[in-house]
Amino acid sequence: MGVYRLAVSVMPKEGILDPQGRAVEAALPQLGAASVHNVRVGRRIEMTVEADDALAARDLVEKLAAEFLANPLIEGWSIQEAHPEGVA
Amino acid sequence: MKVGIVVFPGSNCDRDAAHAVRLAGAEAELLWHERPDLGGSQAVILPGGFAHGDYLRAGAIARFSPIMGAVGDHAARGGLVLGICNGFQVLTEAGLLPGALRRNTTLRFEHRWVTLSVERDDTPFTHAVPDGARLRMPIAHGEGCYWLPDAELDRLEAAGQVVFRYVAPEGNPNGSARDIAGVIDGSGRVCGLMPHPERAAERILGSDDGMHLVRSLVESIARVEAAA
Repeated sequence: MGVYRLAVSVMPKEGILDPQGRAVEAALPQLGAASVHNVRVGRRIEMTVEADDALAARDLVEKLAAEFLANPLIEGWSIQEAHPEGVA
Repeated sequence: MKVGIVVFPGSNCDRDAAHAVRLAGAEAELLWHERPDLGGSQAVILPGGFAHGDYLRAGAIARFSPIMGAVGDHAARGGLVLGICNGFQVLTEAGLLPGALRRNTTLRFEHRWVTLSVERDDTPFTHAVPDGARLRMPIAHGEGCYWLPDAELDRLEAAGQVVFRYVAPEGNPNGSARDIAGVIDGSGRVCGLMPHPERAAERILGSDDGMHLVRSLVESIARVEAAA
């Protein structure tokens, strides 16, 4: 049994209008950053998973992402290793 | 006749929905989301609000509330389920209705009156709507942009599952595909819409058009009871 810290990054699917990204991008000229384009906003969800091994931990998180953390109709996701809890 | 109204933490239109149901002559019972049953209700309303704070995605967490198992069983048995606003979002997240409700393309929370066409007046939720009537109801949502891939929208329309559309003079308030404001499932027993019929339940509120829907629902229960 091991303890694994994983993160799920959820993003709006390509080709789907992302109003949050558009709103953020609209503010950029005020920061003198008019050269920045194609802003998209998603979310990152970090979690600590107890599992037999790293593969089992990732499988479980993959299942959670597909069934709960993302809506596969409109969002895509990827899974990354995250820093252990308490370590920035 | 009893209509159960599910109360999630963060629901805020539950009492309004209960009031509208009582105006239509039926009993209304508020059902806390943690209970595993519907208390003998013959129909269920999932009301508006911000269930579980709308965290993650609107409706995403509510879908896993204990009562949703009973709501799913009720729908599978042909029971009537109406989702209003946040309730519509919960039903799409739960897979009981097709599609997804995304953030409004207008970049803001939209709260105002809209006008709806009724594309299907032969459903348990709309049969009391006068022929050809356009309905005035308020909306209040940040995530009401109905979305499905184009090919699936074609299938939805061909199957007659689009029940309400936003029409002039206000038009489409949130960027919904094909101006869709409400849909019904393949069985014709589960319906969801973003506008609020319970907030248009008395003329003093500005419109009582919403009562056509609530009355349809209550009369549909009466018909089932009479047939039994």
